[in-house]
Amino acid sequence: MSTPLSYYLVVSALLFSVGLAGALARRNAVLVLIGLELMLNAANLNFIAFWRYGPHAERLTGLMFVIFSIAVAAAEVAVALALVIAIYRHRHTAQVDRFDSLKG
Amino acid sequence: MPNEIVFLLCAALTLGGAVAAMTMRNLVHCALCAACAFAGLAAFYLQLGAQFVGFAQLLIYVGAIAILIVFTIMLTRGGDIQPGVSGASHNWWVGLSVAALVLACLVRSIMSSPNLLRLPPANVAAPARKIGEALMNRYVMPLQTIGLLLTAALLGAVVIGLREPRHPDTNAR
Amino acid sequence: MESLVKYLWIIPAAPLLAAAAGALLPARRRRLGAGLAIGAMAVAFLLSCAAFFATLQPGRATSNFRWFQFGDTAVQLGWVLDPLGAVMLVMVSFVSLLIFVYSAGYMAGDWNFTRFFCFMSLFGAAMLGLVIANSLLLFFICWELVGLASYLLIGFWFQKPSAAAAAKKAFIVTRIGDLGLFLGMLLLYSKAGTLLFYDGGRGCLEQYAAGSLAASTVISLLIFCGAVGKSGQVPLHVWLPDAMEGPTPVSALIHAATMVAAGVFLIARVYPLMSDQAKEVVTFVGAVTAVFAASIAVAQNDIKRILAYSTVSQLGYMMMGLGAGGIAVGMFHLITHAFFKALLFLGAGSVIHGCHDEQDIRKMGGLRKLMPLTFATYAAGMMALCGVPLFFSGFWSKDAILDAAHQWPVSKAPFYLGLIGAFLTAFYMTRQVCIVFFGKPASEEARHAHESPSVMTVPLAILACLAVVVGFFGTPAWPWFQKYLEGGRPAFDLSKIVAPEQLTVMLLSAGLVFAAILLSGLIYVKAAARPSRETDPLERAQPAVFALLNRKFFIDEIYDATVVRLTAVFARLSDWLDRAFWGGLVRVFSWLVVALACLDRAVDESVVNGGFDAGTETVRGSGKWMSRFQNGQAQRYLRVIGLAFCGLLILLLWGSQ
Repeated sequence: MSTPLSYYLVVSALLFSVGLAGALARRNAVLVLIGLELMLNAANLNFIAFWRYGPHAERLTGLMFVIFSIAVAAAEVAVALALVIAIYRHRHTAQVDRFDSLKG
Repeated sequence: MPNEIVFLLCAALTLGGAVAAMTMRNLVHCALCAACAFAGLAAFYLQLGAQFVGFAQLLIYVGAIAILIVFTIMLTRGGDIQPGVSGASHNWWVGLSVAALVLACLVRSIMSSPNLLRLPPANVAAPARKIGEALMNRYVMPLQTIGLLLTAALLGAVVIGLREPRHPDTNAR
Repeated sequence: MESLVKYLWIIPAAPLLAAAAGALLPARRRRLGAGLAIGAMAVAFLLSCAAFFATLQPGRATSNFRWFQFGDTAVQLGWVLDPLGAVMLVMVSFVSLLIFVYSAGYMAGDWNFTRFFCFMSLFGAAMLGLVIANSLLLFFICWELVGLASYLLIGFWFQKPSAAAAAKKAFIVTRIGDLGLFLGMLLLYSKAGTLLFYDGGRGCLEQYAAGSLAASTVISLLIFCGAVGKSGQVPLHVWLPDAMEGPTPVSALIHAATMVAAGVFLIARVYPLMSDQAKEVVTFVGAVTAVFAASIAVAQNDIKRILAYSTVSQLGYMMMGLGAGGIAVGMFHLITHAFFKALLFLGAGSVIHGCHDEQDIRKMGGLRKLMPLTFATYAAGMMALCGVPLFFSGFWSKDAILDAAHQWPVSKAPFYLGLIGAFLTAFYMTRQVCIVFFGKPASEEARHAHESPSVMTVPLAILACLAVVVGFFGTPAWPWFQKYLEGGRPAFDLSKIVAPEQLTVMLLSAGLVFAAILLSGLIYVKAAARPSRETDPLERAQPAVFALLNRKFFIDEIYDATVVRLTAVFARLSDWLDRAFWGGLVRVFSWLVVALACLDRAVDESVVNGGFDAGTETVRGSGKWMSRFQNGQAQRYLRVIGLAFCGLLILLLWGSQ
C-alpha cells in the first residue's frame, strides 16, 4: 500500500463534485437522487480512507460511521423514492423544475 | 506498483460510472451506471481493508438501492425517452459551474494539507467480530436508533406510496 | 382724647353697615330701610358730639395702623381727632340726620325708597370717613367713594336720560380734578416718604410745618386740582348745576352742604404744605368763581339751578377765604354755608313738593300765603346767604372773608370781586324770593299749593335756628370758632367790632347788600304782582346780556365743541387703530398661522406620509423582487447552498491569510 492519502481524497472530491453536478444540472428527480447517493458515497469513501490512514485505526471509528451512514442512506432512499412516486401520481411528471408550488 | 494500478482501475471504474450516470439520456442506463459506480466504491473499500463495509456496500447499494431506483424509474415512466426534451435543465451550466467551484475548493484544501503524502500504517485489521463487539458495546445506542429510523422509514415509505382512495366528487384524477 | 380716637372708626362704620344692610333689603321694607339709615346716622351724630367735646381740650390724637407692606416700605392708614375734623364731623352728621328725616317725607311716593336710603347711608359713611382720615390715601379712597355715591344719587332716576347724562358728567368732570389730586399724592409721597398727616412728628404735614420740607407749589396746585373738580370752581364747575337732576334731598346734602365742601376741607387739611404762590392761585380762582357763578345765577329760571350756582359762588368765597385768610376763615364760612344752604335746598324741595313737582319759578308765585312755614324758613336762609347784618350767620362768615381779602397784601382784586359777588348774591336771592313767594300764583299747581308735612318742616325750622345761631360763634368780638380751630380760648372783646378796618368792611358789605335787596325788590315785586307772566324785566332791559347769563356764558357749549369733540375724535382714532391696525396685525398673524398649518399639513401629507409610503413601497418592492429568487425549485436552492458552502469554505480557511 503505497498510495498516499491525498489520492483517495481527490477521488472522493471528484466523485462528490460529479454527484453535485448531476444533482444540480439534471431535470429528472430520480437522477437528482442518484447524484445525492453518489455524494454520500464520496463522503463514505473519505471516512474509510481517513480511518485507514489515520491514527488509532483499531478503534474502528470510521468504519462504524460508514456502516451507519449506509443504513441511513438506505432508509432515506426508500422514503425519497416513495415521495417521487407520490408526486408523480399528482403531477404526472418527474421533472423537478415543475415542482414550484412552494415558490415565494 | 500493483497497488497503484489497482487503485487507478478502481478510480476509473468509479468515476467513469459516476460521470456516465450523470450524463446519459436513458435513465435506466444512468441507474445501471450508478450501480457500476457503487461497485467500484466497494472495490475501494476492499482495497482499504474494510471488508465488512465493502460487502455491505455491495449488498445494500448495488443490491437494494440501485434496484429501487430502477423500479422508481419504471414507475415514473422516466425510462421512455421523450423526444425534444433534454435531460438537463435549461441552465445546466450554472449547476456545473457551482459543482466546479466546489471541486476547486475541495481540491485546494486537500492540496494545502500537510498530510498530502501520508502513507498508511501497516497491519490494520477490522475483523467482523470486532465490529460486532463495537456495535453491541460502544455503539449500541446508534444501533437502536438506526433500528427505529429504519422502521420509521419503512412505515413512511409505505404511507407515502399508498394509492389514495378514489373520491367521486374530486377531480384529482 | 387718646382713648376716644381708637373708636373713631365707628362713626363712619355705622352708616356703612346701614348701607350694606339696606342693599340687601327688599324694596317693600320701607320703614326698616329708612329706620336703619336714620338710626345709624343718629349713632354717628352722638359719637361725633362726644368727639367734639373731647377736642375742647387743645391737642390732637391719632390712631395709625399698617395696611400692607411691600418690601421695606409699608402703607399706613389711620384716623385723627382734632378740632378741624371734629367740627366737620358734627356738621356732617347733624345735617345728614336732618336731611334723612326730611327725605323720609319727601321720597315717600317713590318706588325706590329703600335704595335711596342705602345710597345715602353709603354717602354718609364715605363723607365721615373722609373727615377723620389721617392719611391722604384713606382720604382719597373716601373721596372717590363720595364721588361714587354722588353718581349713584344724581342718576337715581336713571330712566330719565337727562339724569343719567348728568350723573356721567359729574363723575367725569370730577375725575379730571381727581387726576391732579392723585398726581399730587404721588409727588407728596415721593417727597415726604409717608402719606400720613400726623404721625408723631414724622407725618407729611408735620414735616412741612416743622420746616424740614419746603412747601412745593406743584404739589399744592395738583392737590388743588382735586378741590377744583370736587368743589366746582371755574373751570370744572359745569357738573354742579346739572347735578340738580337728582332728588332735592340729594342736592341739599351732597351738592350744598357736604360733598362739595370736601374740596374746601381738603385744602384746609393740607394747609401746611401749601406754598404762598399756591395760596395766591387759590384766592384768585375762588374770587373769579364767586363772581362768575353769581352773575349766571341772576338769569336762571329753575329754582334749584339758582341755588346750585349760588353754591358754586359761595364755594368760591370759601376758597378765597382759605387762600387769603387761613383755615379758620374758610372753614367758618363752610360751616355756616352748610346750614343755610341745606335749609334753602330743603325749602326749595318743600316748594317743589307743594307745587306738585314744578321747578320753574316763573310758574310759581304767591306761595307766601299758601306755605307760610316754608316761606319763613326760606326767608331766614335767604337772609343768611345774602349776609344781612348782625343776626344772620352768613354776614359774620362772609365778613370774615372780605376782611381777610381786604387785608391781603398781594392784591386788592379779590376784595373788589368779593364785593361785587356780595351785591349779585343779594340781588338774585331777592329776585328768587320775590318771584316764588310774592305776587300772584302763575299756574294751577301754584294755586293749589299746600304746606308740606311736619316731617319736612321740622328740619327746616331746626336749620333756620342754626342759620342764625351759628354765626355768633365767629364774630370778631368773640372769635370762638377761630380760636377753637387753633386750640386756644377766645376772649370776648366787643371793641374788636368797632375797630376801624373791620367797621369799614362791615359797613361797606352791609350797604351793598341792602342796596341790592332794595333794587331787586323794587324790580321784581312789581313784576310778580302782574297777573300774567311777562318776560323778566332784566331780559327786557338787556336781552343780549340776559341771554348770555341765562346760557351760562355758553361754557357747556364751548366744552362740547372743544374738549368733548376732541375726545370723541381721539376715541374714534383709537377705535380705528385698534380695529384696523392691531386687528389687522392679529388677522395677518392668524393668516400666517393658518398658512403655516396648511404648509404643515402639506408637508405632513407629502413628505411624511409620502416618505413613509415610499419607504414601505420600497420594502415591499424589494421583498417582492427578492422573493423571485425563491421559485420553488429545489435545484436552485441546492445550487445556492453549494455556492454558500464554497463561500464559507473560502472565508474560513483562506480568509484570514
